[in-house]
Amino acid sequence: MQDKTKLARQFIEAIPHAKALGLELTYIGAGEAEISMPYNEDLIGDPRTGVIHGGAVSAMMDTCCGAAVMSHPSAPGGTATIDLRIDYMRAATPGQRITTRATCYHITRNVAFVRATAMDDDQDRPVATASGSFTVEGK
Amino acid sequence: MARSRPEPMQVVKQRRDAALKALVEGVPYIRFLNISFDRRGDELTGVLNFDEKLIGNPFLPAIHGGVTAAFLEVTAVITLSWEHLFPRIESGEIDADDILKDENIRFPKTIDFTVDYLRSGLPRDAYARAFISRSGRRYASVRVEAWQDNHAKLFAQASGHFLMPQPKPGKG
Repeated sequence: MQDKTKLARQFIEAIPHAKALGLELTYIGAGEAEISMPYNEDLIGDPRTGVIHGGAVSAMMDTCCGAAVMSHPSAPGGTATIDLRIDYMRAATPGQRITTRATCYHITRNVAFVRATAMDDDQDRPVATASGSFTVEGK
Repeated sequence: MARSRPEPMQVVKQRRDAALKALVEGVPYIRFLNISFDRRGDELTGVLNFDEKLIGNPFLPAIHGGVTAAFLEVTAVITLSWEHLFPRIESGEIDADDILKDENIRFPKTIDFTVDYLRSGLPRDAYARAFISRSGRRYASVRVEAWQDNHAKLFAQASGHFLMPQPKPGKG
């Protein structure tokens, strides 16, 4: 178990795009993962407001969902996204970091089902939620 | 009723290209991903210019699923904004400078976006085109497809809903 957590963390931190976004894996284990993304002016989607682009939030949520799948006790190895739906509740507050928590709530031999929520400093109002299905790859 | 003489081609091209450039290059995140747009008349094709930092799985290697999602969403928003602003760009009501600076010009906001991953994104350029299924006064529904070497073999498709910019109350 410990090995797998370590492996997943190494894998996530080796992803070139995760590095480009400045993603930090803050928690991983037993089908749950938490990833946080610092505010970065390069990721702004609307220069008039300084709000982070939805695409960057999607990329973070996709990474976090994948990490949750890989950390699940029943997942033998890697994973790839089959489909991912993101609902944007509100604009993330400029200047604040965004943190996503993902849960792999069901897994079969072939498919993993995941939900995720993204928050900024206001812990009562989610920025976005995601739900998706992922492949379950062998070792 | 003599029809007015059509504008010289260079004038039309210059106006449209400048407006599109302002729309795309004004957004830091589009520069970060290095996405550009090809224009033929009013039809746009998004181009994701490949770079190592777009990789999600270094062992395959493959483009990050999140990058694919972002690329499709950017293509949807730019295409929707372009269609929305096009009549006003053509009439001369707004120009490239307004697109960059005018506070009254707002862009569509994503409500939801769903991506289907059909095959892994290869480490090379990718292309995307958005189709506006419906654009009403408040909401728009958009479908996007993305491919690499062969247009018939899509590597991802998406559909999403957007909230259209609302005119300021009390005006018009």
